[in-house]
Amino acid sequence: MKPSFDILIVGIGGQGTVLASNVLGEACIIENRTVRSAETHGMAQRGGSVESHIRIDGKFGSLIVPGTADLLVAFDLLEALRYRHYLPAAGRLVVNRHLVVPTSVYQQGMDVPDEESILAALADLDVTCINAAGLAKEAGSILSQNIVMLGAASGDIPLRPETLEEAVRRCVPQKTVEVNAAAFRLGREAGERGAGTP
Amino acid sequence: MAIRYLLGNEGIAHACLEANIDFAAGYPGTPSSEVIDVLRVQEERPFTVEWSTNEKVAFENALAAAWCGVRALCTMKHVGLNVAADPLMTSAYTGVTGGFVVLSADDPFAHSSQNEQDTRRYAHFARLPCLDPASVQEAHDMLRDAFDLSEEFGLPVIFRPTTRICHSKGDVDLGEVGTEHRTAAFRRDPKQYVVIPAHTRVLHKVLNEKQPALKERLVELGYNRHTVRGPTAVVASGVAAAYVQEVLPDDVSLAIIGAYPIDEEWLADFVDRHEKVLVVEELDPVVEEAVRQTATKTEVFGKMTGTVPYEGELTPATVAAALQKAGITPTTTFPAAAPVQGVPPRPPILCAGCMHRPTFYAMRKVFRDGIFPSDIGCYTLGLQLGAVDTTICMGASITVGSGIARSGEEHPVVCTIGDSTFLHTGIPGLLNAVYNGADMVVVILDNRITAMTGHQPNPNTGLTATGKESTPISLDAICRSCGVSWVETVDPYDLPVLLDTFKRAKERKGVRVIIAKQPCVITARRTGIRRKAYTVDPERCTGCGACRSFGCPAIAFAGKNATITDLCAGCGVCADICPSGAIGMEGRQ
Repeated sequence: MKPSFDILIVGIGGQGTVLASNVLGEACIIENRTVRSAETHGMAQRGGSVESHIRIDGKFGSLIVPGTADLLVAFDLLEALRYRHYLPAAGRLVVNRHLVVPTSVYQQGMDVPDEESILAALADLDVTCINAAGLAKEAGSILSQNIVMLGAASGDIPLRPETLEEAVRRCVPQKTVEVNAAAFRLGREAGERGAGTP
Repeated sequence: MAIRYLLGNEGIAHACLEANIDFAAGYPGTPSSEVIDVLRVQEERPFTVEWSTNEKVAFENALAAAWCGVRALCTMKHVGLNVAADPLMTSAYTGVTGGFVVLSADDPFAHSSQNEQDTRRYAHFARLPCLDPASVQEAHDMLRDAFDLSEEFGLPVIFRPTTRICHSKGDVDLGEVGTEHRTAAFRRDPKQYVVIPAHTRVLHKVLNEKQPALKERLVELGYNRHTVRGPTAVVASGVAAAYVQEVLPDDVSLAIIGAYPIDEEWLADFVDRHEKVLVVEELDPVVEEAVRQTATKTEVFGKMTGTVPYEGELTPATVAAALQKAGITPTTTFPAAAPVQGVPPRPPILCAGCMHRPTFYAMRKVFRDGIFPSDIGCYTLGLQLGAVDTTICMGASITVGSGIARSGEEHPVVCTIGDSTFLHTGIPGLLNAVYNGADMVVVILDNRITAMTGHQPNPNTGLTATGKESTPISLDAICRSCGVSWVETVDPYDLPVLLDTFKRAKERKGVRVIIAKQPCVITARRTGIRRKAYTVDPERCTGCGACRSFGCPAIAFAGKNATITDLCAGCGVCADICPSGAIGMEGRQ
């Protein structure tokens, strides 16, 4: 059996992948479990592709090896495609139905990727597709999309939902606690419904 | 006392508080920056903390504090230690009285760096102890104890975490914040602190005499430890030791190296008990060289046998592959998993509304045949805009520019340098260019902050590390006092004026300085500055693509026609670029 449950959270610099991984880390502390994680800092953050590795019950290094992740949470469709090789065959993906086209695509005249073809290229995985923007607005702030995604993925994560919600409350700014707690619950409900599974 | 989920650098900063730190200085550099960033805002313990103007300055300030008997830390990234190498080498001779820890963070794979140099080489070069943690917890524990070690031997201690320590998180067991405060007192002792030849010859001998006891102590402290289990062994250092432990079978011996210099007798004893040893470490083969020096009949595998890669960072998968190459079966083998081909890249990019973008745009419009030396900062991303021809190290844009200009190369030279980088090591280059009569344009990209490393204040910001107001310096006055007679300050959001300024600079000779001044769009947003977003009038947009070349991430295209996304920060420069007048502020006709 694998000694740790390995989650890769991917997105674009500025989308809040680090906060989402902080919530998972904090939840591990609440449940007295060990945890290791790795994140992107510095130049790579500026609107570039970013990744956070989180290893629940991890005891050694923080890096997840491609092909061995237990769960991939992607805040952008293109990033799901970029990092899908971290999952084994038919691995578990929770993805935001959202696509930001990289500026370099326009500048270099590359083919503009579209949602449908990306979803088709992910279809062999065990996919749940979430409309995080809609649920975040419903929770009270478009900025809570990262917590919506975490909620949507939480059914697959071996941490208790009440622990995760407590961790959300501890990690987000004081003024946004209620919005984010609502975002987590809405995300969790959507995840349980398997909302928007393609 | 308390277990918390912390970033490696946060754990390191807390260890400083536990160790009764009195003085901290540093220059920002990924992956080291968060240590001072945590220390400068903490409220648990009063002490002196500063962002210095460069690493040499930080080092000398902290060294002097340690000479006064207080506990001092200085922080930098690995290449920063090159800047501080001059005082580093001789500080080993003078020694210290208060504990002095030099944190130099290495960056295997150069995630955010210009090279993959190894700080452990400097430790060897200077004959100073070096601690090399294998985990976030160990980074915390080692740093807490490093001040004691420094005081015990009267030597600066180099602390060398790597990116995967600094920017990893984990559950960290923390101690209590220290409550002791020392009183600084400089004790006059010219034989110690004035390194004239007569003194330094003696000090060199003293340094060498400290080495045997130092090596023994590092073993006693448990930083270098081993377990013998069979005829085959792995020797690993730093974070690579964690990857080894993840895949190492039970019948293979393991030695973990966490401190240098390595005691040769201890190492020889371990190596001699094995038929075969694999050395696993990131960056240079420092441990491997030591193992090879002690091995008499043991077969040694490592970088020098091609078993472990020299470049980049290691992972559990590369370590498992190295084990297999050395004939050791790892507990796990990893599947071959290649990324999907043809996914459009998403490299980091200058933000929407970044002041560097219009400055680069205007520079290239006016100097179509120019040569563009640049420097280290967010603006190195101007490479994507064709605005960066050289980058080598901090401050080198001006010196490389004047060198090209004075080499006989006839194309115009326009170099770019950020405000913090200009203050770091740019000024001597400007002075030199003027003094020696270079013909060039220097553009200071003045965004009022050290942005790329996480928005640290610098002397140009008008705030100290702790948020106190400081005397705002004048870049214009500095340039003029260096002898530059033509200095123009311009708002880069005002494209017509910016273009005109570049044109006027082009008409002149000698060193000309343009200061493009506008706060970083991220700090502006944080301080509450809100600008109205812009939109494209689809009826006027002809799809000419003029805005495409501007490269702003807020400009997207539906077919040929441009649209502006919610990333728009309202700088409005694209409205000046559009030849059809199709772009305007939201809500205006």
